[in-house]
Amino acid sequence: MSLNATLIGQAIWFLIFIWITMKFVWPPLERAMANRQKQIAEGLEAAERAKKDLDLAGRRAGDIVREAKVASADTVAQAEKRAQQLIEEAKENARNEYEKIVARAQIEFEQEVERARQHLRERLSELAVAGAEKILQKEINPALHAEMLNALKQEL
Amino acid sequence: MSAEAGTLTPVGYIKHHLTNLQWCPQDALVDGHCTGFWTLHLDSLIISAVLGLVFFSLMALVARKATAGVPSKAQSLVELVVDTIDKQVKETFHGDSKLVTPVAITIFVWVFLMNAMDLIPVDFLPVTASAVGVHYLKAVPTTDPNLTFAMSITVLLLVYFMNLKVKGVGGFAHELLSAPFGLWLAPVNLAFRVIEDFSKTISLAMRLFGNMFAGEMVFILIALMGVYQVPLGLAWAIFHILVITLQAFIFMMLTIVYLSMAAESH
Repeated sequence: MSLNATLIGQAIWFLIFIWITMKFVWPPLERAMANRQKQIAEGLEAAERAKKDLDLAGRRAGDIVREAKVASADTVAQAEKRAQQLIEEAKENARNEYEKIVARAQIEFEQEVERARQHLRERLSELAVAGAEKILQKEINPALHAEMLNALKQEL
Repeated sequence: MSAEAGTLTPVGYIKHHLTNLQWCPQDALVDGHCTGFWTLHLDSLIISAVLGLVFFSLMALVARKATAGVPSKAQSLVELVVDTIDKQVKETFHGDSKLVTPVAITIFVWVFLMNAMDLIPVDFLPVTASAVGVHYLKAVPTTDPNLTFAMSITVLLLVYFMNLKVKGVGGFAHELLSAPFGLWLAPVNLAFRVIEDFSKTISLAMRLFGNMFAGEMVFILIALMGVYQVPLGLAWAIFHILVITLQAFIFMMLTIVYLSMAAESH
């Protein structure tokens, strides 16, 4: 074992390699690793936040659906009520119309009866006159007895 | 066995494997061998430099293109290593880790790579080298105490730097003189501190060197066993993967601990 000037040379190499590592190897790697660590931390945080947001959005969506259900139920109920109302109104109208029509028909019918009765009355008097004419053919002059016949017609 | 050893005895083979490729000024040569302080182990210097330059450049290249988004496979790999080390640093060191984490990364990656040279079959690189005219090659730089001591002494200097940076000159001087027995035993405290720092530095260097040297030694011994070296070498290599990683990790952890002790005030 002999110590000699090699020692100095090796010490110089050692210092050169320490310098290379200190200058060119360690700082960029340290920076890269620190940045990556930061990125990963940020990513995890973002994921956590996104999860929370999703949770919140889900809850809000549930709320909206529930509100919509309530609103639609209201609307349906209102619509049913309105339909009921419309049916009632229609029934009412129909009944009124029916009564009006029936009343008009009644009136027309009564008028028709009156007219028929009038007509019958006239026909009967004519028939009476015709009968009388046949009975009294020869001896009775229609012109002479017209006055009496008219009086008779009035009595009928 | 390597044929270029000249002497084909086991001792010669082992000795050859444990000799560095050396370079020194002409006047330091004695009988064709380098002596004296101004000797350079070219093999450990070049192999450690090539490993470090290639892999730290690759890491720098990957880091330059690093994105915070989905990382590429290369980026994932580098991040896996770097992030694991950074976690260790953050568990132990509670100050500003602009210096500590890069030092820890450098130590772990570099030591791991140099230790991993151990897994290349012992004769492979020396034989290849001798084919191009290089007659000695010790392929694992961490089996060279010059490298492990260079690292541990640099770590000691970094510890002093950290002490001065965190506590200031006065604070550090006060700690040297007063811890652990109080100011009235200042000489004892200082002596303790000197011993502590010596033992820290030596144990840090020797632990790595010893483990890797022993591991390499076992590989060399196995390589002497003829055909039995195949299963034995495989088994030892598999076990050695653990040692390689563990030694790199221990060196890194102890450095982090020493630096965090330096940054804490008493």
